[in-house]
Amino acid sequence: MSELLALGDDALIAAQRLSEWVSRAPTLEEDVALANIALDQLGAARLLLSTAGDEDELAYLRDGPQFRNCLLAELPLGPARGDLDFAWTMAWLLLLSSAQLLRYTDLAASDDELAAGIGAKTVKESTYHLDHAHQWTLRLGGGTDESHRRVQEALDSLWPYAHELTEGIRDRWLALVEPILAEAGLTRPADRWQPEGGRTGRHTEHLGYLLAEMQSLHRAHPGAQW
Amino acid sequence: MSNEPLWEVFVRPRRGLAHTHAGSLHAPDAGMALRHARDLYTRRQEGVSIWVVPAAEITASSPDEKDSFFDPAADKIYRHPTFYELPEGVEHL
Repeated sequence: MSELLALGDDALIAAQRLSEWVSRAPTLEEDVALANIALDQLGAARLLLSTAGDEDELAYLRDGPQFRNCLLAELPLGPARGDLDFAWTMAWLLLLSSAQLLRYTDLAASDDELAAGIGAKTVKESTYHLDHAHQWTLRLGGGTDESHRRVQEALDSLWPYAHELTEGIRDRWLALVEPILAEAGLTRPADRWQPEGGRTGRHTEHLGYLLAEMQSLHRAHPGAQW
Repeated sequence: MSNEPLWEVFVRPRRGLAHTHAGSLHAPDAGMALRHARDLYTRRQEGVSIWVVPAAEITASSPDEKDSFFDPAADKIYRHPTFYELPEGVEHL
């Protein structure tokens, strides 16, 4: 079940990252959309983590090296930590949700009844997340010079991290993402360095800050209930 | 806050019913308006179909015209089908 744990950690960390947008999105409508996607990610994380143990213990009581999420999920949603950038976030969501859609599609076709059930539910959600990122990628890529520059810069910066994200599904993932980039008039970045380590617990410095924020309440009040 | 155009959202709650006005939202274009409407107005399974319409394209009656538009219907009770016996078994009338 280690693959489910890795997928669950991807979703959990992505949910926490996306929740940074709440009350900060460019419009009220987009604020709700991003919060919705964050909540979907959290819901997927709960299902996936529950297959590997107690969801609360896994989410709130593990330290960084015990997390198995890919590095992409934990990266800041902008050129620097605390510098939220919408185009950057949409590029990040495009790479992440397209890979999640493929992974969940595989889960849905799995022989394991539990995994197949989780896959069937999450495929629908991921399809919508990818659609959201797709729609915005088109508008940002074909929008103003500034929007085009920002989404292209984000793509160039995040592209190397997609290697770890798409291990084993690279060709199918490229077949999904490359047409979207072409449609948006964006340049598909060249394959260069391939940072990895998240799946074995070697994370970037960004994960520690994220976990500190995510886990502080649970650690200060163990077993707290709403 | 938002420079984006206003859209009116109509949601059909289930098959066989008509779309009814659910509210409005701001979006840059029709495609995004439809997606925002999905997030804002159907998150609790309120609908099976959504229409979005540019608010600027709607021609509405004016409150100033209320008297001439609507009051003349008030004393014409013969327009209401209340003088018929309802056949047994007829619903939704």
